[in-house]
Amino acid sequence: MKTYQKILMIGAALSLGLLFLFPMWKIFLKAPQYPEGLELHIWVNKLGGSSESVLQNFNILNHYIGMKPIHANSFAELKFMPYIVIAFMITGVIAAFIGKRKIILAWTGMLMLGGAAGILDFYLWLVKFGTNLDPTAPIKVPGMTYVPPLLGSKTLLNFDALSLPALGSLGILLAVVLALTVYWLSGKTEKQLAAQSSKKVFAS
Amino acid sequence: METSIFKLKKFVPKAALLMALATGTMLQGCSKTEGGSAGATDSVSSDAATAVYVAPGKHDELYSFLSGGFNGQVSVYGLPSGRLLKIIPVFSQFPENGYGYSEESKAMLNTSHGFIPWDDLHHPKLSRTDGQTDGRWLFVNGNNTPRVARVDLKTFETVEIMEIPNSAGNHCSPYPTNNNEYVIAGTRFSVPLDMKGGTGDVSLEKYGEEFRGSISFIKIDPEHGDMDLDFQILVPGFDYDLANGGKGPSGDWVFFTTYNSEKAGTLKEVGASQNDKDYLAAINWKLAAKYAKEGKAREMPANYYHNKLDENSHIAKSTIKKKVRYLLPEDCPGMMYLLPAPKSPHGIDVDPSGEFMVVSGKLASAIPVFSFSKMQAAIKNKQFDGEKNGIPVLKYEAVLKGEVKEPGLGPLHTEFDGKGNAYTSMFVSSEVVKWKLNELKVVDRIPVFYSIGHLMIPGGDTKEPYGKYLVAMNKITKDRYLPTGPELAHSAQLIDISGEKMKMLLDFPTVAEPHYAQAILADKVAPKSTKFYKLDANSHPHAVKKEADVSVKREGKNVVRVKMTAIRSHMTPDNIEGIQVGDTVYFHVTNLEQDWDVPHGFAIMGANNAETLIMPGATQTLKWVAKKTGVYPFYCTDFCSALHQEMQGYIRVSPKGANVPISFSTGKKKPVPAVASTK
Repeated sequence: MKTYQKILMIGAALSLGLLFLFPMWKIFLKAPQYPEGLELHIWVNKLGGSSESVLQNFNILNHYIGMKPIHANSFAELKFMPYIVIAFMITGVIAAFIGKRKIILAWTGMLMLGGAAGILDFYLWLVKFGTNLDPTAPIKVPGMTYVPPLLGSKTLLNFDALSLPALGSLGILLAVVLALTVYWLSGKTEKQLAAQSSKKVFAS
Repeated sequence: METSIFKLKKFVPKAALLMALATGTMLQGCSKTEGGSAGATDSVSSDAATAVYVAPGKHDELYSFLSGGFNGQVSVYGLPSGRLLKIIPVFSQFPENGYGYSEESKAMLNTSHGFIPWDDLHHPKLSRTDGQTDGRWLFVNGNNTPRVARVDLKTFETVEIMEIPNSAGNHCSPYPTNNNEYVIAGTRFSVPLDMKGGTGDVSLEKYGEEFRGSISFIKIDPEHGDMDLDFQILVPGFDYDLANGGKGPSGDWVFFTTYNSEKAGTLKEVGASQNDKDYLAAINWKLAAKYAKEGKAREMPANYYHNKLDENSHIAKSTIKKKVRYLLPEDCPGMMYLLPAPKSPHGIDVDPSGEFMVVSGKLASAIPVFSFSKMQAAIKNKQFDGEKNGIPVLKYEAVLKGEVKEPGLGPLHTEFDGKGNAYTSMFVSSEVVKWKLNELKVVDRIPVFYSIGHLMIPGGDTKEPYGKYLVAMNKITKDRYLPTGPELAHSAQLIDISGEKMKMLLDFPTVAEPHYAQAILADKVAPKSTKFYKLDANSHPHAVKKEADVSVKREGKNVVRVKMTAIRSHMTPDNIEGIQVGDTVYFHVTNLEQDWDVPHGFAIMGANNAETLIMPGATQTLKWVAKKTGVYPFYCTDFCSALHQEMQGYIRVSPKGANVPISFSTGKKKPVPAVASTK
């Protein structure tokens, strides 16, 4: 594997660091009374939003329909996910130094699997919050559940909810794309080397 | 030189003609247009509607702050729409939000005369940086029981009120210098000072010898705006009417109109109108401050209140000040001069360049304009015309730039557009007159309805006016709006002054009686407006920041403290028992919301008090005395949410000595209905 490919692979590993700088996912809510909108930001290690008190404001609105209050400490994921990301970053860098294509492919595969698991987990939480409603809730609409969209928009009573991946997720995408590029480029390099060496064989 | 009376005589036939004309138009108006007022469409520009139209959801270009006069409040209007945005209570109790009623705010209205729930608020003045309005604070005066207050423009709340000692009728107030170094306040009624913090038991015959005026210099903290009475100047016993600060070359000076230089103590309408000339007093405030600093100031006992609202606990506290420093003009050469001004002048207004001092003599037939550079020269060349109480009087001709001839009748106040024009309000002839500052020539006039007092151009009293609009504040309304019985709203009128000719744009009714106003571009204020208070910063001693911490505790024999919370859509606790007849219950309600525009209100049946309105993150206290056994409901008074009507609770009052223990709760856990399953 060539040096620039190794550097590219280190870049892939480090781009996961975006997860610590930006949220992974954003849920936007808009309602007639909220012209300024409400944003919930899901990070790899915390929950945040458009203002400091956004969780409280989300929970106040949600309690009318009996949704359980959302608190950062109810998600174990927020505690262990950062370690997984760090582990991926370290192993990614090691893989770059080793420079073996198969290891890089395995790393990429694991990362994609991890990302998919994350999205699935996120979806399950959305379903859990949206359907597991307090039966004594003040507002009950027969047959209505409040599962926010995983991706795209949906109308929930007076709220328009829009859910989109944010810059943090781009880090994972970038890592996958870069790692696959390295895999592909290093494949070409090996073929060239193989071709050159066979030429040499013929020449000798 | 002609006397002003003589000139007035020449005017009388004209005035009579004007009146006759006005009556004629009014009669015609009545016959032609049903329910319209005289001059309803006169001089209204055809594009007036579009000029003042602010589309739904759009913001006004300017904030304006109109004093409320006898309601003790300030009204905030958007311009050019004339929409009322807020009423800020200052010197008056305000049941709408509990100001002056709640335990936190009551102290704001403390004075050395006890608790005073009212005053007569005349002049709002915006704080200044480099001679321009800076949108930080609004200073206002209380005329009746002399006080100066500060409104914070982040919160639009009154945050400080200072009583002014040795003053009576704090009319000539409050005037900030160009960088808020001082806010200056002069007394309208001179009184016999006993030099011990009060007035003496003096025969009213002795007005001439015993009565004195005072001018107070309130130092302003450059960062927080806090006021501190630095010193006073004790001045001759005239009536000090209005003031205006110099700017540019005259920036170190402040000017005061005086009347009653006759020192009449009774029937002043005659007694104070005898001298052909009264005075414009000029004080070099920088020199005064220097004299005070350098030990020329003497000290006397005093007794006055200083009330301040703590930013984080939202609790107002009073401190009583026990002394005041003062200067005597006779000890301080060069500090104060008197300029003769035609009889009983009212407004004094210094133009944006700082060179011209315009004096509007309400009984004079011309408007004298004084020149600051001439004044400097006259001082230098000692062009004096005697002295009064040791204060040199300058020669009228030596300081006069000229007079605006035949401007109209009853000139009161002048503001400037920054383009070389001055605008003077004419009370008697009910018009605004535009004239050129340099040529002193009237170039335009527009009728206003009726009997204008003050007028205001945004920044029209500063270095840089915003010469687009003029607001006329009229004293008489009569037929301008639908009749509402004998008591009518006062009327404000918006006039376009951007062109050569003034154009009438809009009438809007005001709250009580605006004496003066200020306006400022919205960009200087709006971005800094507080949306809600941070709960973390709330330092109220009885605040509870989460529902788990609420409490109901008996303190001493007859006092119960309820520390409760409000959040959409419940109060915690909402069931309280164990109160006994005769108990004083303090409801300390903390609004736990941390979102914009979610106040909660709190009211309880039988409270001899107003409600209290609690902004998000703040704590407010309502005092309630349990008078009879029974159950009393309390509830949220501000429609906060879809379940606002459910935001209520009960307090039970048992007989004195009953064995009902204190208990409290919210939403006791009830068994979950069996039909519902949890996934």
